[in-house]
Amino acid sequence: MEFSRTGAPHLPPETSVSSIMLQVLLALIPGIAAMVWFFGSGVLIQIALSVIFAVSLEWLMLTVRHKPVKIFLGDYSAVLTAVLFALCIPPLAPWWISLVGMVFAIVVAKHLYGGLGQNIFNPAMVAYVVVLIAFPLELTRWLSPRGLADAGALTEIPGLLQSLQTILNGQLPTILSWDAISQATPLDLLKNGVEQNRMISEIRQSPIFGSYGGRGWEWVANFYALGGIWLIWRRIISWHIPVAIIATVIILTLPAWLYDPSSNPIPLEHLFSGALILGAFFIATDPVTGCASKRGKLVFGLGVALLTLTIRLWGGYPDGVAFAVLLMNMFAPLIDRYTRPRAYGKT
Amino acid sequence: MNQRHTDSIGDYLHNFPGGLKLKHHKALSCSKPLPAAEIPLSREYVVPITQHLGKPTEIIVSVGQSVKKGQALSKPGKSGQAPGAQVHAPTSGIVTAIQAMPVPHPSGLSSPCVVIEADGNDSWIKLEPVKDYKSLSCIELIQHVRAAGIVGLGGAVFPTDIKLQSTSCSIDTLILNGVECEPYISCDETLMRQAPERVIEGALILGHAFNITNILIAIEDPMDTCRKTLEKCIKQFDADDLITVVCVPMLYPEGGERQLIQVLSGKEVPAGKLPSAMGVLVQNVATIAAIHAAIIEGKPLIERLVTVTGAGIKDPQNVSARIGTPIADLVNYCGGYTPSVARLIMGGPLMGLGLQSDQLPIVKASNCILALTHANIASKQTEMPCINCGNCVNVCPAGLLPQSLQMVIRADNFEALESLNLDACIECGCCDYVCPSHIPLVDYFRYGKGEQRARAREKQFSERAKSRFELRETRLEKLKAERLARHQKRKQALVGSADKKDSVAAAIARAKARKQAITDQQASSRSNPENNSSSGSEDHS
Repeated sequence: MEFSRTGAPHLPPETSVSSIMLQVLLALIPGIAAMVWFFGSGVLIQIALSVIFAVSLEWLMLTVRHKPVKIFLGDYSAVLTAVLFALCIPPLAPWWISLVGMVFAIVVAKHLYGGLGQNIFNPAMVAYVVVLIAFPLELTRWLSPRGLADAGALTEIPGLLQSLQTILNGQLPTILSWDAISQATPLDLLKNGVEQNRMISEIRQSPIFGSYGGRGWEWVANFYALGGIWLIWRRIISWHIPVAIIATVIILTLPAWLYDPSSNPIPLEHLFSGALILGAFFIATDPVTGCASKRGKLVFGLGVALLTLTIRLWGGYPDGVAFAVLLMNMFAPLIDRYTRPRAYGKT
Repeated sequence: MNQRHTDSIGDYLHNFPGGLKLKHHKALSCSKPLPAAEIPLSREYVVPITQHLGKPTEIIVSVGQSVKKGQALSKPGKSGQAPGAQVHAPTSGIVTAIQAMPVPHPSGLSSPCVVIEADGNDSWIKLEPVKDYKSLSCIELIQHVRAAGIVGLGGAVFPTDIKLQSTSCSIDTLILNGVECEPYISCDETLMRQAPERVIEGALILGHAFNITNILIAIEDPMDTCRKTLEKCIKQFDADDLITVVCVPMLYPEGGERQLIQVLSGKEVPAGKLPSAMGVLVQNVATIAAIHAAIIEGKPLIERLVTVTGAGIKDPQNVSARIGTPIADLVNYCGGYTPSVARLIMGGPLMGLGLQSDQLPIVKASNCILALTHANIASKQTEMPCINCGNCVNVCPAGLLPQSLQMVIRADNFEALESLNLDACIECGCCDYVCPSHIPLVDYFRYGKGEQRARAREKQFSERAKSRFELRETRLEKLKAERLARHQKRKQALVGSADKKDSVAAAIARAKARKQAITDQQASSRSNPENNSSSGSEDHS
């Protein structure tokens, strides 16, 4: 009897790129749900918009580059990029923010560098940083989270139709005003407050703060962490980068807080107010633009945390996760070069 | 001598990096009552001449010759060459052909084989067992092993005599490798349960000849029956203080020689060295049993236990099969194929060799014949780009970066390849199995290794050519210098000897004087104005 000859190993593969990307998307669901609860259905509209733009652009680029469209569209990497980007921008940002973001993510950061696996920079973060620098006004209009006591005229966040209108027109419906529904983020307040030499306890009087992070934000971060821990348990990501980031933040901010709690926020504030938890579990863990070895991952995480804190404390932006990740992306090959595991029997 | 040191190898178990936890599927072939069935005589046996890792051996039979069971068909190559393992007739019969035939080999190429038509008598040559193994020196033992054509039966088929020789008789620990870490394979477990005395006594034979003080039998955790059987047998041989059974946790590829040493000793075999550099010798249990048969019964290696298993086989089991039996005969004995069979493999599912046909013969390396169905093999997959996920790095037992390796191999960057230690790769397939992009990493590494070898050969060749050229140049230079020196010497001899010069000058002077005298005579005799012309001619001279 004749058989077909193929090389070993013969077992069916354990996993696939699309299965990894899908599981990361699944792990984002609790965080997305929390975002929707606190910031309204605008979050879902942004996700839908970004995904549509991303998939269309991915299809376009694959066709232009003569790549098998079906295979690469089915890997869900563009969808994941789009969702991560959409979670970073304000829920009521105009629609063209997504478009500009996805052009930079999919066309520039991904396909101009050679497509899946070849990009040096995290596409979602490239997109976010581009729109953050280019459109600062639109990118700082964050909504007040649900349950804020002194929300003024409005007690509820905008509904689905209102959100859709706002996003597509770029203007609020007449009954709403930006002043009423938007608010500085907790990290903004903290940064400005500290710069004005106000005490932390005084700054934290603002209702925008929750029990340890920002109101609403801390819960969103908790749910992101939940999804992230599930990913570690599923072995989709390894613990090294999240643990390195969180541990570095705690180790670096704890002494300052212990020394002078009136002008230095408690470490939890750093972790749970901005994008740090999302960044630690979902963004810095992007395999393509990160390090491959365990030690390399630890160094990578340490660098992300260090740069984030540096930007938060001394930089011009209230949060620095995106910049920190992009800067560390540049160092990833170098880190990999110097953290090579020792081969068996070699000294 | 037999006292074990408190910190000797095997006292504590250590870890090796990476590895895979796999479903072992061993019960499939392990449930039959022992001993394993013997495959009835086949009509025809095809014995490949090269069944070992190394140079081919020399055929010493001719077509039409009748041979006895156990008669040598080939002999190791000429002295000076790396000797290969000789092969023997699996049964008595007539040599009907000596020709190149397809063999189970990764290249898929044909290789010289001796075809024997069985006469059905199955009559042995005269066997010459060693009466008292304790009288054997290690050199004599190696000679017996060589004559029996024994190779590593774990799958590597490296000639055992060469391996033993390389230890230069200076080892203190013998590790018997009974760790069948690849799924499905259970022939070693079957051997240890069915004939523990062959394994134990075989170990004692080696132990005695090599003066070994510590013998370990490494088996996997789930092999509990096997451990009990072995321990009972060790007691019977009264070798409690010499031989220990060690159960190691089930983790692929723990049965790899270097990984097993790492697990048992916590140390790594230095790169480019053999385990004997650490005083350790590792032998597969089946190899030990073959050594036992060679010494105690005088039998050469002509049969082995083979696991015939997989969902593609109707009645999976372990069988005892002669070398040279067509694989189809084994499959038929085990009930044939199930309708859904899709792939035939010699070896395990991770490192095994995909076979193109079941007409190929069983060879010394055939520990397992695995028939898999569509459901349990990889369907045709598209290779995606590497996403640098690091899964391969995490499972690599050799501490390599497979994702970087495949990148530099694709780029044909062979300088970078060296710094990434491709030579440490054991081709276990762990990286390949966990790769989400379905990149055939092991294929890339084999290609890379082949290229590296070719390049090394080329480099060696060009270096040899260069040194030959340089030698020639210096030789020519030297000849030239010598010639010049000789010239100089001769010249000097001419110029240097003053007497000769003077004598020449004197001769010239004499000649001149004589000429002068003649001219004078002529002038005086004629006394006419021709004087001028004669003086002119004098100027010329």
